[in-house]
Amino acid sequence: MTPGSALWWVLALPLGGALAISLLGRRPNVREAATLLTGVALFSLVVSLVPHVRAGERPSVSLVEMFPGLSIEFTLEPLGMLFALVASGLWIVTSVYSIGYMRAHHEANQTRYYVSFAISIFGAMGVALAGNVLTLFVFYEVLTLATYPLVSHAGTEKAMKGARTYLTVLMSTSVGLLLLAVVWTWMVAGTLDFTEGGILAGRTSDGMVVVLLVLYAFGTGKAALMPVHRWLPAAMVAPTPVSALLHAVAVVKAGVFTVLKVVIYVFGLDLLTGTGASVWLMYVAAATILLASLIAMRQDNLKRRLAYSTVSQLSYIVLGAALANASGIIGGGMHIAMHAFGKITLFFCAGAIYVATHKTEISDMRGLGRAMPITMGCFAIGALSVIGLPPTGGTWSKWFLALGAAETGELVLIAVLMISSLLNIAYLMPIPIRGFFSAASGAPERPGIREAPLFCVLPICFTALGCVVLFFFADDVRALLAPLVGA
Amino acid sequence: MIGQHLPVLQIIVPLIAAPLCILLHRRSPVIGFTILVCWLTFGASLMLLERVLAEGSIVYEMGGWAAPWGIEYRVDALSAFVLVFVSAIGAIVMTYAPRSLVSEIPEARHYLFCSVYLLCLTGLLGIAITGDLFNLFVFLEISALSSYVLIAMGGDRRSLPAAFQYLVMGTIGATFILIGIGLMYMTTGTLNMADMAARLPTSGVRTVLVAFGFLTVGISLKMALFPLHVWLPNAYAYAPSVVTAFLAATATKVSVYIFLRFVFSVFGSEFVFGARALDAILMPLSIAGIFVASTVAIFQTDIKRMLAYSSVAQIGYMTLGISFASVTGLTAGIVHLFNHALMKGGLFMAMGCIMFSLHSVQLEDMRGLGRRMPLTMMAWVIGGLGLIGVPLTVGFVSKWYLIEAALERDWWWVAALLLASSLLALAYVWRVVETAYFREPLDHDGEVREAPLSMLVPTWILIGATIVFGVMTTRSAGVARLAAEVLLGGAP
Repeated sequence: MTPGSALWWVLALPLGGALAISLLGRRPNVREAATLLTGVALFSLVVSLVPHVRAGERPSVSLVEMFPGLSIEFTLEPLGMLFALVASGLWIVTSVYSIGYMRAHHEANQTRYYVSFAISIFGAMGVALAGNVLTLFVFYEVLTLATYPLVSHAGTEKAMKGARTYLTVLMSTSVGLLLLAVVWTWMVAGTLDFTEGGILAGRTSDGMVVVLLVLYAFGTGKAALMPVHRWLPAAMVAPTPVSALLHAVAVVKAGVFTVLKVVIYVFGLDLLTGTGASVWLMYVAAATILLASLIAMRQDNLKRRLAYSTVSQLSYIVLGAALANASGIIGGGMHIAMHAFGKITLFFCAGAIYVATHKTEISDMRGLGRAMPITMGCFAIGALSVIGLPPTGGTWSKWFLALGAAETGELVLIAVLMISSLLNIAYLMPIPIRGFFSAASGAPERPGIREAPLFCVLPICFTALGCVVLFFFADDVRALLAPLVGA
Repeated sequence: MIGQHLPVLQIIVPLIAAPLCILLHRRSPVIGFTILVCWLTFGASLMLLERVLAEGSIVYEMGGWAAPWGIEYRVDALSAFVLVFVSAIGAIVMTYAPRSLVSEIPEARHYLFCSVYLLCLTGLLGIAITGDLFNLFVFLEISALSSYVLIAMGGDRRSLPAAFQYLVMGTIGATFILIGIGLMYMTTGTLNMADMAARLPTSGVRTVLVAFGFLTVGISLKMALFPLHVWLPNAYAYAPSVVTAFLAATATKVSVYIFLRFVFSVFGSEFVFGARALDAILMPLSIAGIFVASTVAIFQTDIKRMLAYSSVAQIGYMTLGISFASVTGLTAGIVHLFNHALMKGGLFMAMGCIMFSLHSVQLEDMRGLGRRMPLTMMAWVIGGLGLIGVPLTVGFVSKWYLIEAALERDWWWVAALLLASSLLALAYVWRVVETAYFREPLDHDGEVREAPLSMLVPTWILIGATIVFGVMTTRSAGVARLAAEVLLGGAP
């Protein structure tokens, strides 16, 4: 198979999977097999593309000319490769976890759930492969709409309210600001293709560059820059596997991925460093990092705490983009993968605790480590990765981000990164520590609390292991991303 | 030989077929015959469009009498474009009609319905094809009178006052248009559009100004431009489903066509936008219409009525595009005629399916309908996404061109308002989505089932078209741009 036709299959597989799943709705076991098969096929296809990208190939295909001179087209480049790898790989793990979680919970409407999941992955693949800003925008919206039924899955008043916030914030930012930025770029530059070195240089005034960057940064609501982050805590009403894959990996990473892509291929690093147009974005990202961490400390609901932690961690990546230097971009890109593994582990653990004990509040989780040692142990590993401590992958991405901040000479930013790491420790580490070393609060431990079903525990171990493996293979990720900054 | 007479066949076939329906009288042959005629008409319009694209404008002299003495049919890119989508909607809605009619109109009157439907189609097509002003007025009256009848034909008693209200407002509009045409005739001594454009004094004649005023108000009434839209919501809400689908997708669009013809082919954009600054009125009214009507739509409980208010808002997008008076703006306005026809046609047909199975179009009764009528509701959702302007639907294409037109002029605030308005559409569309998919179904007395295939297939043809033309725009936006260039280049 040529790399070009492989791109078609990467898009067609999850879509075909969605169709198969919807037709197999009456036979749950076959239906879940279809999900897993699609996931495995998709991931192996994506992996098979890695050598091509490492060799410097940029396979490209065009679907249809939507406007004169402007097509829906797909191009594979290193950043998209990384995002596609992370999203498709973790989809398999999450599917296994979903089977355990959804069945243990006797959830209704499971067919709709798996179909929406497959379509969401289709959207994420489209985002990863997008060859121009229009295509990226199209699939960004597909992802928003496909995840809506997952967020509102429970159908309760609370779920509907959360889903409404989710949709309103994401749609109003993308339609109100992002689309405006896209059309504006098209009018100014006469092209929307992702081009090395950017397409805006020399075509517009410095002031306009700042305005456009504002539109892109806040228009990409999925990057959850404050104050457009409200949708992410609201999305926590979704079943936990959804929070794990979509609101720690696919959806939010599609947001920061968009910001990185636009900074690298639309503005161009030289334009941003030359005009200083992104300095404001560094400070907004830094503020989001700190504020979201502070809010996370005050949350007693575990999923909400993790959500605010995600808001904070996403801004690390936005910060990397705003730094617009080699280390910043590499650090930001790496953090997409590192944070994905760390945060998905944490969400899986939250879900496993919920399945096994029906506990959602952190204050109720004292002493839980003795009943669920594997879950709590993996939670600790995931937490280390999010904080950025060895031996986990998060160490390296934060290292490069700090390097990038140092290169720009903005000492405030380095201080922010330090303080934020301390805050991360403060809001994440007490959970496993109290789980293992503190006596159960109040009433004596309910007997019979055990680990969650095997389908839940296995994925947790796998992603926790991934966090550690990434520590040792971080240089491969760096090498994959190196062409982004011309190294 | 036949090819040469295509322009007249386009009109004469449905016109002659209308009385034949009365003669045939029996239900099934009449309906079969009507469907056949509608598809023939559609075929003729497609052939006309191909010829116009290949050879340029076609001029046809009725009975061989040369203009300005005889009546002239004149088909340019814009006319051909309007002919194609009006006849396409006519054919698809008629194919959909048989089962829907059974549940909404007494069978004894079906032959009358077919006859009047064909007359209405003839009128709408005639408006688009003719190059003669008085002839245009005649066709306008044919389509208007027949649409009053169509609206009143439903079993719903509320449709009578709705039709009467429409009759009064429509007649006022038609009278204004007639007065305007009369004044123009007084000044120029001709009724042929091209001839009149050439003879029209360039400035300072009060009669022409008065005529322009009468025409603008009259046409605005017909196309339901805010705030002259009050007749529309009731008429659409209480008419039989088939009639609503047909009229919503065609009638107001043809009125917008008349507006375009007068502004660009008769008066000339120089006069209208340069000397008279119509854009200074048209743009605020369009934007106000978009916001007010969309907001009102959010609070409707009758979903047909909600879609009717949405139509008023969508007409605002068309006139907004026209008010830019640029090629891009006009392209946006013209392509939205077509795009909105597809979306609203499809949506009202889906409402017809719901009416057929559920016997209600109230939001409360639609709870849990996503599971009872999955295909219908899926069609509704895709149509609704089009109204919001989600990418990969036709609504996105219209919006894209509108924003481009606004940014071309550096009116970024218009672009911002435009985008803000799509959020209102999100609000009214999403009420239905939430209700149909995430609320527990009501205990209906009978089992509510999916609508019959003969209704679903035509609905899905239109809804499918909203996606096809949302991705491949050469045949929609491409032709619209051509039409816009012809219009701005002067008389056809």
